[in-house]
Amino acid sequence: MTQLALVIDLNVCVGCHACVTSCKEWNTSGWAGAMVDERPYDMDPTGTFFNRVQTFEVGHFPATETVHFPKSCLHCEDPPCVPVCPTGASYKREDNGVVLVDYDKCIGCKYCSWACPYGAREVDEKEKVMKKCTLCIDRITDTSLPERERKPACVLACPTSARLYGDVHDPDSEVSIAIRERGGYQLMPEWGTKTANHYLPRRKTRMTIHEDELRRVDNPLQEEFEAPVSKGASIDDVAF
Amino acid sequence: MHPAFSLIFLTTLLGVAQGLFLALFTGQFYSLARLIPAQDNVNFYGHGSLLVLFFLAVALLASVFHLGRPERAWRTATKWRTSWLSREVIVLPAFMGMVFLYGLSHYLGWNVPLFVVGDDINIDLTVIIGFIASILSFVLFICTAMIYASVRFMEEWHHWLTVANYTFLGLASGFALAAAFSAWGGIALVHFYGFWAVFFLLAALITRGWSLYRNANIKHKSTIETAIGVRHPALLQKSQGLMGGSFNTREFFHGQSDSMFKRVRVIFLVLVFFIPLVLLGASWAWASPYLPMVAFVVQYIGLLFERWYFFAEAKHPQNLYYQTIS
Repeated sequence: MTQLALVIDLNVCVGCHACVTSCKEWNTSGWAGAMVDERPYDMDPTGTFFNRVQTFEVGHFPATETVHFPKSCLHCEDPPCVPVCPTGASYKREDNGVVLVDYDKCIGCKYCSWACPYGAREVDEKEKVMKKCTLCIDRITDTSLPERERKPACVLACPTSARLYGDVHDPDSEVSIAIRERGGYQLMPEWGTKTANHYLPRRKTRMTIHEDELRRVDNPLQEEFEAPVSKGASIDDVAF
Repeated sequence: MHPAFSLIFLTTLLGVAQGLFLALFTGQFYSLARLIPAQDNVNFYGHGSLLVLFFLAVALLASVFHLGRPERAWRTATKWRTSWLSREVIVLPAFMGMVFLYGLSHYLGWNVPLFVVGDDINIDLTVIIGFIASILSFVLFICTAMIYASVRFMEEWHHWLTVANYTFLGLASGFALAAAFSAWGGIALVHFYGFWAVFFLLAALITRGWSLYRNANIKHKSTIETAIGVRHPALLQKSQGLMGGSFNTREFFHGQSDSMFKRVRVIFLVLVFFIPLVLLGASWAWASPYLPMVAFVVQYIGLLFERWYFFAEAKHPQNLYYQTIS
């Protein structure tokens, strides 16, 4: 069975928020209508977003590391938000594993948001229904788009390719290989939600450069000269 | 969690209504067994049931304010296999219907014995309807409380004590109202209901105290380390990715200072438990139509504080992601 998901590489995320703005742009102009923005130019702006980039600092000064952490719905394989929904508006798609809300069935009781430990669901204050990341379901399932554009908006927007997208149940997919070979992990594994989205951990990338590697032996611009012969040199010590 | 007033009123009013109904039926049960004198069909059971229905209707009205799209509320009855909220939505109208029938059957005096238990205990239609309604009342207590107790992420709620507290507090307030109703109508059941109100109040004091103790010492499963998957003791959020607030920053924080939070706990302990215990005890000594009424009103106001505290004391793990604005 297919389980579409994102794999987010924390090692290369630079925290530019391009995924946040492209997500908002795509989903606010999509088939489900605008995502609300209340008082966008006033003192106290607020609105609905499906994706956020948060920033954490790890370690004690001066040995600190900055971790930029994009967070959206993790499309759990065992989503706790689905069974609590009294109307069946919250559901997990059988064919590709994406967790969705049927905006025409939702009564806006907010119970599903209580049952999500990741805070992935947000109420749309204007439409009065629960909204969440759809993995750009209207885009990834649109066969009129060319194959390379059938990806979530955030994935296409990421300038550092920190967001990988694919089927985590296919062992040969790009995302499965990344999870397997680069230590992909899930968030809050203690709840047994089995998130489909994975994160690739931060790694230290170090290069060892030796002194002689800095000087090119066969540098064509190097000035040619005859090596001096020292006084006590034997015939074996010198050569052309 | 952010305590929603719609839910505070819904849960407390439901508790009062269910408790009051169970008090009425307890009265009928006792009079069947000839332990207390039989009461008037219209004045006691009829008007009592009307009072239950009034509280249930106000509770239902309060619940509507919690929904973003109340016009679609009929859909909530569909997922009863998995959702406690759906189960509550089914049981509540069923209970209302049975209470209505109970009141109606008393009002119209459907007292023809259907069969006889033992030698001379006549079982009529009112007893059968009352029995079914009593079961529904207990099922409704369980459904209401399980809405909260079944969410495993709110570890303060995820315990059988939540069900016990909802049940005992509902019974205590309902029996207190029954005592007030009896005192007001000059019905000689004030001591009877007062005794049971105090009994359930003491039971609630034990379970609520236990849950307060448990929640004060709770160790949460999720930490900021498991939240982002970085194992390091020095881990701080520097930005939550937004500066203007969002649903996540409004819905899951109670927004009051720590001292206010603790003050509410003292207030509800005094108003729900201490003052009603004193007043109900006093009504034992002085026959007054007002004492049980005051006890009930004070207790109900205390229950609003208690329910506010119940919601506010639950710490949702999503808050780990929303610690620092920038």
